[in-house]
Amino acid sequence: MALQKKKTPMKEQAPEERIKNFNEVPFGYSDDEAVVEAERCLQCKHQPCVEGCPVHVPIPQFIQAVIDGDVEEAGQILKSKNNLPAVCGRVCPQEEQCENVCVMGIKNEPVAIGRLERYVADYNMERGSDKSSAAELEKMKVPELEGRKAAVIGAGPAGLTAAADLAKYGLDVTIFEALHETGGVLRYGIPEFRLPKKIVDQEVEAIKELGVDIQLNVVVGKSITVDELFAKGYESVFIGVGAGLPRFLNIPGENLNGVYSANEFLTRVNLMKAFKYPEYKTPVVVGDKVAVVGAGNVAMDAARTAKRLGAEDVYIVYRRAEEQMPARSEEIHHAQEEGIEFKLLNNPVAIHGEDGRVARMECQQMKLGEKDDSGRRRPIPIEGSNWMLDLDTVIIAIGQNPNPLLTSNTKDLKTKSWGGIEVNDDQQTSREGVYAGGDVVTGAATVIKAMGAGKTAAENIKNYLLEKSKK
Amino acid sequence: MYEILEKEVLAPTITKLKVKAPMIAEKTKPGNFIILRVDEKGERIPLTVADYDRETGVISIIFQEVGYSTKLLGKMDKGDQIQDIVGPLGHHIDLEGYEKVVLLGGGSGTALLYPKVRGFYEQGAEVISITGARTKNLIILEEELEKYSDRLFIATDDGSYGHHGYVTDILKDLMEKEDDIDLVVAIGPVPMMKAVADMTKEYGIKTIVSLNTIMVDGTGMCGACRVTVGGERKFTCVDGPAFDAHQVDFEELMNRLNFYQNEEDLVHDTAVEEDK
Ligand SMILES: Cc1cc2nc3c(=O)[nH]c(=O)nc-3n(C[C@H](O)[C@H](O)[C@H](O)COP(=O)(O)OP(=O)(O)OC[C@H]3O[C@@H](n4cnc5c(N)ncnc54)[C@H](O)[C@@H]3O)c2cc1C
Ligand code: SF4
Ligand code: FES
Repeated sequence: MALQKKKTPMKEQAPEERIKNFNEVPFGYSDDEAVVEAERCLQCKHQPCVEGCPVHVPIPQFIQAVIDGDVEEAGQILKSKNNLPAVCGRVCPQEEQCENVCVMGIKNEPVAIGRLERYVADYNMERGSDKSSAAELEKMKVPELEGRKAAVIGAGPAGLTAAADLAKYGLDVTIFEALHETGGVLRYGIPEFRLPKKIVDQEVEAIKELGVDIQLNVVVGKSITVDELFAKGYESVFIGVGAGLPRFLNIPGENLNGVYSANEFLTRVNLMKAFKYPEYKTPVVVGDKVAVVGAGNVAMDAARTAKRLGAEDVYIVYRRAEEQMPARSEEIHHAQEEGIEFKLLNNPVAIHGEDGRVARMECQQMKLGEKDDSGRRRPIPIEGSNWMLDLDTVIIAIGQNPNPLLTSNTKDLKTKSWGGIEVNDDQQTSREGVYAGGDVVTGAATVIKAMGAGKTAAENIKNYLLEKSKK
Repeated sequence: MYEILEKEVLAPTITKLKVKAPMIAEKTKPGNFIILRVDEKGERIPLTVADYDRETGVISIIFQEVGYSTKLLGKMDKGDQIQDIVGPLGHHIDLEGYEKVVLLGGGSGTALLYPKVRGFYEQGAEVISITGARTKNLIILEEELEKYSDRLFIATDDGSYGHHGYVTDILKDLMEKEDDIDLVVAIGPVPMMKAVADMTKEYGIKTIVSLNTIMVDGTGMCGACRVTVGGERKFTCVDGPAFDAHQVDFEELMNRLNFYQNEEDLVHDTAVEEDK
């Protein structure tokens, strides 16, 4: 059989159609397409892809199971390392991880590992065979831990993963979540068209079935403190509260009406379902002309969301160059297809208003200079190049820092200057019995890294509790 | 779900609800607020905790029906369930270190003022309360304020009760006559708070206002509640809701509060349609 050089394409909604709805863009592989793609895998002995995966999913093994027609087995292999495969198959930056080191990728396109992961996860989810097998659960149980209490703060990917593993060890796990819904960024940040919320629901349902109790509307640090959790009999605490504090540009006009942080804009639309306004009662105002400042995943999500809400002209305004945009290439490509205009090498210097509302943004053109500490060429302003972009809405998507609400209300918890919690290799913090992981430790990163940290923490919490009961 | 245990209509469009929320009741202090969602499709609205009972685990909220969501909440009754309540949020007010405090409440702002009146009184400060409204039947919590104030003044715009005029008239009078006031607290419509701030600045009296900005999460995650205080950006939900009145940019605050006015009207019109 001739070698297929390119990835098997995945069918998706046409751009002109999808900008009118919030439905998921790609449709996923059919059974046949999945097998065709799986057969491209060379089954390399040294398995570089496994090394490239932050949680070391046995990639060639699950791909082999797809070829063998045992998709359920493929699902169990995935689940053994990745608690949220249907999510990761959709949002992981595989092009920087497993697919980046795939041997097929040296001369051709790499194996579409992400698409296959998604296919396997969806296949099993649809058939209800996505749960860990009874045998697997039995294997993980630690009798000494049975019934002892462990607390998890935050129901994002880090917290959900930690909670699932802790429950599998036999612990009595409670998750405390500040919002009225679970999922963290998966719920309030990443839009429906990229990650349907019913998938998040099903993943959360599976975690509940493991016996995890989820208490919503509890802001730890306010409603209850870490010390009070220990006083209530929790023997360990995992902190996975993410990086939720939005950064602003600190330029004039940022408090005008019509300027949103990406967090606010996406939360209104995703969590509060403003795209179904007025049926859902939370409004969002986009107008005709929208600029999103920044070029990461968050910026692409905000821009594509604005388009779907009916904005005519949507711009990405970014002070660096194309090759420096941090968003996943797939998302940049999707955004371009949907008619988002990229105003690169432009730095916003002021937002001007009329009657208290955004009217235009003043941008200064930039050029690339010498490399900076991060190895990227530094953008330098071009004198006298300021110009005006007429706008109704500005969305600031230049990153988030950890929210100090919990850390500032927790005694003896060491943090870094930018607010991140300090941990050792075991994800343990400066306090005994308190572990942390995900964006609150690394700063805004990825779903899979947050999950990996949750997993590592769960394992070390297990060891800690076993050690503790020996004393 | 949080059950409504009692409902009391304090004035036309001003309602008090007692709700079972033990975790919140246990931790609330004067100045804290909660965010609630009436039902599955509701928006998240911030409301001050007007009263709390740690023993019974009950909190009271008092609200004026101004928009769609507060109207919906106003329609709820004893026995009904509120979808979500989260709190206590925000900083509580530091009650210590003051000997003579004047507290002003305008309209439904009086509901927000009441827990502070009680707080300062129980702390041992001399408490002077001033409450005002458009007309007599909009004056709320008179009995409660009476109980926890050394002196209580009432003003109505139309003169139907108490002083004929504004709460600020009474404040001015007090400041003229008594020079030992060490704190003024004002809660109410933005123009009223701004007027108080301008007046007390002249007399050099420390003044605190509590801001009712638009909010979404209430935990510092979205920035919808941002205000400028002393030239710096603050998030009302986590840095406030109380701020030094002499530092607040009231113009900006007023502008931001009006942002969703058109949408509010739309939701309201739809609701009227649905009711038909
Ligand atoms: C718009 C957007 C798009 C993204 N796209 C991608 C992508 O395509 N691929 C990818 O890999 N990554 C993406 N990311 C990043 C990824 O979502 C995060 O790295 C990941 O979600 C971090 O997980 P976490 O569990 O650490 O935190 P979060 O997902 O932030 O979850 C933290 C949870 O803790 C809760 N919480 C916070 N404070 C408290 C408290 N005091 N008490 C109780 N609960 C609290 C929060 O409400 C939240 O539910 C994106 C992020 C955003 C914002
Ligand atoms: S590196 Fe690529 S080709 Fe090799 S085993 Fe992994 S997925 Fe298959
Ligand atoms: S309400 Fe979202 S940050 Fe204050």
